[in-house]
Amino acid sequence: MEQHELATANQELTAWDRVLRARQPQRPHTLDYVFALCEEFVELHGDRRFGDDPAIVGGLAAFGERTVVVIGHQKGNDTRENMRRNFGMPHPEGYRKALRLMRHAEKFGLPLICFVDTPGANPNKESEERGQANAIAECIQTMTNLRTPIVAAVIGEGGSGGALAISVGDRILMQENAIYSVASPEAAAAILWRDAARAPDAASALKLTAQDLYALEIIDEVVPEPPGGAHLNPQAAITTLGERIQAHLDELCALDLPTLLQRRYAKYRSMGRYQELADVLLRSVKQG
Amino acid sequence: MKELFRRTRKSFSSAEISEQAQIPDDLWVKCSACREIIYKKQLYDNLKVCPKCGHHMRMSAHEWLGLLDVGSFSETDVHLLPTDPLGFVTPDESYAVKLKKSQQRTGMADAVIAGVGSINGIVLALGVGDFSFMGASMGSVYGEKMARAAERAAEMNIPLLTINTSGGARQQEGVIALMQMAKVTMALNRLAEAGQPHIAVLVDPCYGGVTASYPSVADIIIAEPGANIGFAGKRLIEQIIRQKLPAGFQTAEFMLEHGMIDLVVPRNELRDVLARLLRHYDRRRQTRSVPASEAPAYANGRP
Repeated sequence: MEQHELATANQELTAWDRVLRARQPQRPHTLDYVFALCEEFVELHGDRRFGDDPAIVGGLAAFGERTVVVIGHQKGNDTRENMRRNFGMPHPEGYRKALRLMRHAEKFGLPLICFVDTPGANPNKESEERGQANAIAECIQTMTNLRTPIVAAVIGEGGSGGALAISVGDRILMQENAIYSVASPEAAAAILWRDAARAPDAASALKLTAQDLYALEIIDEVVPEPPGGAHLNPQAAITTLGERIQAHLDELCALDLPTLLQRRYAKYRSMGRYQELADVLLRSVKQG
Repeated sequence: MKELFRRTRKSFSSAEISEQAQIPDDLWVKCSACREIIYKKQLYDNLKVCPKCGHHMRMSAHEWLGLLDVGSFSETDVHLLPTDPLGFVTPDESYAVKLKKSQQRTGMADAVIAGVGSINGIVLALGVGDFSFMGASMGSVYGEKMARAAERAAEMNIPLLTINTSGGARQQEGVIALMQMAKVTMALNRLAEAGQPHIAVLVDPCYGGVTASYPSVADIIIAEPGANIGFAGKRLIEQIIRQKLPAGFQTAEFMLEHGMIDLVVPRNELRDVLARLLRHYDRRRQTRSVPASEAPAYANGRP
């Protein structure tokens, strides 16, 4: 197929097609981006509380001219690596490692880049015992007022609270075939359609594609992928995303801190769709 | 009836409990925990706590308002109404229809009541969830009311009390619902800057996006005995680990044991415990313990 035809085909993808592409095991994952886009990466380990969670990676890296802190969910490219990384589903210690790295970024005035790629936070007994809810809540709280620029990029699956925990920031980017959802299509289908096999319908209803979320003004930019998806040409996908992160970081780093934090406040404070009855009444009065 | 719940100084009461319950229609109820048949009036006198086994039954948001000083509550943001931003339709029911039905059944616009009231004369902002409205799932209106409650508390320089019960983020509002977790947490920064506490009470059940956001970073976290509290639902975890979870998993007591909450407080002692806590923060107005110049600058949600 010609490139043009592929590009057209891309626009006609269903939400479920995007879900499948977002989950493509051969898509580049966080460390692929870090190694390709950064130099002198030093991975930092451990939450200083309990352990080191391989489902979240992070550390110091040179990105362009800046030293930055990177944090990301890490999936594997094969079954063995995925077992080790728990398919990118963090335990509380993963989020507490992220938390520690966020504060490290703040302390040293380093911008924070987050790569989001998780089916969700790990739901098991140990995670509950160690406070999964608390770990996620603390990450969210810390990011709401972290005194350094934050750019988050969804590079695959943005699975609910487990994704939000490392993606509250000044700019939220999503790759063309990435998804971000309040619940997995399978879970939503099981609950609302009473049939997990209806996941494609749920995917469409949940408005989880980058295009949908841009239209809903939840994310700031849809970053193009090479024809057919990032997995077919990882290097091109990485380069494009890297350029966009760089551009956003340049803009954010030019702002003074109070402005940055005020805008972040306003950005999240305005999220939500509701009606105020007073407005409705006023409008009807004006219309006579 | 109002006085009934105030016979002991420790308990609180709710005018709404007696008014809404219409006790004569249905004199006896069965406790869902111990299966004992209870005289309904006795149950309501006991703040909907089973007099036989101590099981804490769910209270509506209106019933919770009885926690405040009688006549002190004024509701705010009553004009906030939910919308259907995604045009969400399932084979069973559209979100728009589900909203309308829930509104008719509960008489509420959405799952939260917010306002200002007082406990033992100490004025505070309040946000209360109501599980009977779509499982008190957190959508835009829920998030906006809680966020405004936090901002109002900061502006008025008063504490914030949230009473939280929820099945999690409202799926029918998609990622917009998920973002409410960040929004409410964001607004709480204002409260922290004002130096006022957020006290969160977790009541049965509290799960998902609500547990994993603003209540879990409250200054004080209180739960009711036996309340189910967690991140992932029990059934989901059991499916994944293919094992039965032990009894007592994800209860208030489990949360206390694992260091996730400050206190487990029975309902009839809650008003008293809250009053005592509020007095501690209120006392700062009269007595300054730290010299002004050395008071820690509170920045960025952390000292």
